[in-house]
Amino acid sequence: MSVVIATLLYLGLGVFVIGCVYWVWRYASIPAPLNMPTMPAPTTRCGVALRILRETVLFESLFKASKWTWIFGWLFHASLLFVVLCHLRFFVDPVWGWVNVISPYSRYAGIVLFFSLAGLLLRRIVIARVRYISVPSDYLMLLMLMCLAGSGLLMRYKYYIDLYTLRNFALGLGSFSFNVLPPSAMLLVHLLMVAVLLLVFPISKLTHAIGVFFSPSRNQRDNTRAKRYVNRWDS
Amino acid sequence: MVNNTDKKSFITPDASVKLSIPEIEESASKHLAPFKASAEHQAALGFPDRLIDNWKDVAIEKLGELSGKYRGLRVYLDSCVNCGACTDKCHYFLGTGDPKNMPVARQNLMRKVYRRYYTFAGRTVPWLVGAEDLTEEVLDDWYTYFNQCSQCRRCSVYCPYGIDTAEVSMAAREIMDTIGVGQKYSNEVIGKVHKLGNNLGLPGPALANTLEGLEEDVLEETGVAVKFPLDQKDADILLVTPSADFFAEPHVDGLIGYAKVLHQAGISWTFSSTASEAANFGLFIGSYDNMQQIASRIKDAALELNVKRIVFGECGHAWRVAYNYLNTLAGPFDFLDPKYPMPQHIVEVTYDLIQQGRLHLDASANDDKRVTFHDSCNIARASGMAGIKGGQLSVPRDVLKTVCNHFYDMRSNTIGEATFCCGGGGGLLTDDLLELRVKGALPRMQALQELHDKHNITHMAAMCAICKSQFAKVLPYYGFEMDQIISVHQLVGDALVMQR
Repeated sequence: MSVVIATLLYLGLGVFVIGCVYWVWRYASIPAPLNMPTMPAPTTRCGVALRILRETVLFESLFKASKWTWIFGWLFHASLLFVVLCHLRFFVDPVWGWVNVISPYSRYAGIVLFFSLAGLLLRRIVIARVRYISVPSDYLMLLMLMCLAGSGLLMRYKYYIDLYTLRNFALGLGSFSFNVLPPSAMLLVHLLMVAVLLLVFPISKLTHAIGVFFSPSRNQRDNTRAKRYVNRWDS
Repeated sequence: MVNNTDKKSFITPDASVKLSIPEIEESASKHLAPFKASAEHQAALGFPDRLIDNWKDVAIEKLGELSGKYRGLRVYLDSCVNCGACTDKCHYFLGTGDPKNMPVARQNLMRKVYRRYYTFAGRTVPWLVGAEDLTEEVLDDWYTYFNQCSQCRRCSVYCPYGIDTAEVSMAAREIMDTIGVGQKYSNEVIGKVHKLGNNLGLPGPALANTLEGLEEDVLEETGVAVKFPLDQKDADILLVTPSADFFAEPHVDGLIGYAKVLHQAGISWTFSSTASEAANFGLFIGSYDNMQQIASRIKDAALELNVKRIVFGECGHAWRVAYNYLNTLAGPFDFLDPKYPMPQHIVEVTYDLIQQGRLHLDASANDDKRVTFHDSCNIARASGMAGIKGGQLSVPRDVLKTVCNHFYDMRSNTIGEATFCCGGGGGLLTDDLLELRVKGALPRMQALQELHDKHNITHMAAMCAICKSQFAKVLPYYGFEMDQIISVHQLVGDALVMQR
């Protein structure tokens, strides 16, 4: 079993990494013929970096748009990041000090993660406008992440697993040695969902994580009068 | 709901209630498609004169070509997560309730086709990701709903990834033009610019005549011989203004304002008979080539007339093209005086002159007016001014406050970067879309009504030819008078004390 799961995880990771590199390369290789930031826009590179930082860390535009979507969306992304960082304790040896500091809080972050996803799902079902634009994959994506978070929480609170064995398995992945997995259906669900998430990332709307950095309305400067903007395909 | 007393067959929404999000009503504005371009108008722009036989293949290929040519389009088509942040931001949705006027739903009309033919998931499991084949019904929806977008970019302000529906609708219109389905209003206008130099099809001699008439009017009214020069070589400034300024109301009073300001400042300037139009409808139809040709006329005229500066009159999308695109499309402009930005907006020129104390202004001349300001979408969200962040919002207000003692702003989520489109931008200022224009103006009318109830507003100033024409038409539907829309430079001109 551990070989099957490990293979799936390698495959997922491979697709994820290659996919992300592909999209970065693809977007970078397409010209942006005209300067069209959404104004008012920063005039310097540094200003653009700050704007994108505010977008990716604080979700500034979403905050302007809809407070509920912002709360659920921001909590989801923030708690996911937090939980993923806490998982480093399975993968690094010896465990970094700061990971030890934050790890105990992952039990709470996991709950936030699950309920923010539930909030996003509820919103998608309840608000007629959002229901109108939703397609099956929008719901499935949320359900998949809820499975991921839910199985993790169940292992944390109810169906305990042997973390020492799990850590051995995880550490082994780095050196292609397939150590045994603790026997747990929850864990299988959890790891399967991780693999699925990694696999669908580059072929789904999840590429927004890359697109946001290439969006001309956010990453261009308001400087056309100071410096002529040249179109790559018009010379 | 208020029933219109005239013969119009639709009901004008009620602007006296607070802005609220409507219930979605499927196909509420499906019947509002603009007239299609005739064979003649299509041919004049080099587009097929009717729907070509293999339109499906050509459209799909064009979609692929454009998504490989415009990074924005590609990122926008890929990145949407259907979060719904934009769903209540479009004035056409707020005015009609048609769900396909929600920005994401509008984009999805193209996105579903893009997914079907150009993404792995859409090709293998279309039902899962909402991918669909391009069919006649889809094309009909494209024509209807991509011509119900005024490309005002309000949705892009609120999108967490900055997805700009304007770019998507421009691409859609370009694809439709390529297969022979053009929109009459835009394509007819572009034909006139190419042929005669301006959108109204006003030939040089008629323009000269009009300008002479204006000189007589101003002389009679003020006793000062203010000139409206045409094709005057070696002038300092080439003034490029929307052709509506030459005779439409209230535009022409703005034009008189520009002339008075330049006259008082003692700056020599001229119009050009070949570049007698600031507007660039090439933007609206997403045609880089048309946009570039129209922009190049201005450079040619500047070279021919040997001017030192280029200044644009009050126009929204023209200022977007001028500010952000002109140098890219037709540059470099290194023959102009480097002391001045290229190009400049007339309100920046006036602002500078005020700062330098070169204009004597008496705001009490406008004491009979209580004024607010409508931020035009392309100025607010797609351009800048005066080299200061947000200058496009602050400069016109500073000028207005200098020339009016009674100035009030509308509710903050309806102005500035959040401004609502007038309802007639992006190539929709045509009477075959009147119902859409009236309904699309609802959010602006609500904000105006609210401010009017509080401060008894008499006039709304704007600096965009489309906004002015649109409001002159739709204000009466909401119980206002058509002359309550006014040019910024009319107020400047009226406050200006003519000293020579």
